[in-house]
Amino acid sequence: MSTIMDQEQVRRAVTRIAHEILERNKGVEDVCLVGIRTRGAVLADRLRKAIHEIEGVELPTGILDINLYRDDLTIISKQPVIRETLIDFDITDKIVVLVDDVLYTGRTIRAAFDALVDLGRPGCIQLAVLVDRGHRELPIRADFVGKNIPTAKEQVVKVCLSESDNSIDSVTVGQGGAR
Amino acid sequence: MSKWKHKHLMDLQDTTRDDIELILETARSFKEVSSREIKKVPALRGKTVAMLFAEPSTRTRVSFELAAKRLSADTLAIQAAASSLVKGETLLDTALNIEAMNVDLVVVRHGASGAPQILANGTSMSIVNAGDGCRAHPTQALLDIFTIKEKFGSLEGVKVTIVGDILHSRVARSNIAGMIKMGAHVVVCGPSTLLPVGIEEMGVEATTDINKALKGADVVMALRMQKERQQDAFLPSIAEYVREFCITPERLKMANARALVMHPGPTNRGIEIAAEVADGPQSVILEQVTNGIAIRMAVLYLLLGRKT
Repeated sequence: MSTIMDQEQVRRAVTRIAHEILERNKGVEDVCLVGIRTRGAVLADRLRKAIHEIEGVELPTGILDINLYRDDLTIISKQPVIRETLIDFDITDKIVVLVDDVLYTGRTIRAAFDALVDLGRPGCIQLAVLVDRGHRELPIRADFVGKNIPTAKEQVVKVCLSESDNSIDSVTVGQGGAR
Repeated sequence: MSKWKHKHLMDLQDTTRDDIELILETARSFKEVSSREIKKVPALRGKTVAMLFAEPSTRTRVSFELAAKRLSADTLAIQAAASSLVKGETLLDTALNIEAMNVDLVVVRHGASGAPQILANGTSMSIVNAGDGCRAHPTQALLDIFTIKEKFGSLEGVKVTIVGDILHSRVARSNIAGMIKMGAHVVVCGPSTLLPVGIEEMGVEATTDINKALKGADVVMALRMQKERQQDAFLPSIAEYVREFCITPERLKMANARALVMHPGPTNRGIEIAAEVADGPQSVILEQVTNGIAIRMAVLYLLLGRKT
């Protein structure tokens, strides 16, 4: 396993993405954050705090569980545990910044699109990820990227965040095994 | 959390506490789906669920049907009275024909205890027991447990008093099995003719003394007086039952001030429960119905959402 990002780098990436979201959207009007369970939700919460520090505004922040929308739900052997989707605001006509830890095939994001449009009709959806490791299987790209990491398909990218993983923040790349 | 390993849901006797916790946790997420503008997720797209009901039912059948539809499964309902069962076809033959049409899961209600097990043994479909004779009604018990857990956070140490015809009640049997696993203290109460001999072996306290049963109860569950199962003289008269066991506002005062009033429905107002109690502030009877859909969605998802 080699470390690609340490705690400081993760912190800086989140701060930079917060600035980029504000810059792109010329402020915070109509912007909301939706994190994909589990680590996307952690990152969305960090972005909310970072934006609050910069702009003094609390963005509406929600949590999305995309498992029911997976395209492989009935063919994967490990049945995912379904967790609650917690979005207590209307996303219709909002700028929804979707947040996830790793962008890989793009299938999770596709499922998230389906899940989001069932909740309302966003004005637009933007995508923020901590790591983009390539190998897309769908025409999806991120608007905000913490770090681009060239990987081989058989490699494993592991993201640890203190809130969800009980360890200090890190992004590591290792060989083999399922992610 | 543990993984779901079962193909069928027959009874809470065969499930572990971990299984029950997983169903409850999954149901919690599905409850949110039913509160949305678009009450549908694509999780079971392409799956077919048949409802085979050989006994009357409104709530359970409609609840399963909505649960399946909200998961995007296709559904069909077969009412025994309007099916080939009245022409003499056996239940298993009917099920085998349903299977031949590539149905994935059958929800069965039958007057004979063990009927769902016959279908589980004789076909390769997943079978969900929606009530068999006096034996089991697991999804009703799960939704009752879910409702109590939602209100109290846990069933650990909660005193649940079940009042009525325990003898004929599959709801009581499944609730006892599930609630004891979840750590509740269950008391059953009714006329001695309607308390099954040896029920204490299930880990409950049995009494004919309604005052003792209700004292300090956190949950008071009235069971429907099953007139259709009262051919034999279990009771001198319904009037006597009402006098001795009906949950009236006065009797309810013996329970804890914030005790929940539950009823699996359909209610016979004025017989097992007074109308003022059924409609009163402590009643969660309609919440039970709402939660029933979430529980059935969770059960269908766990049984059908796995790799086959």
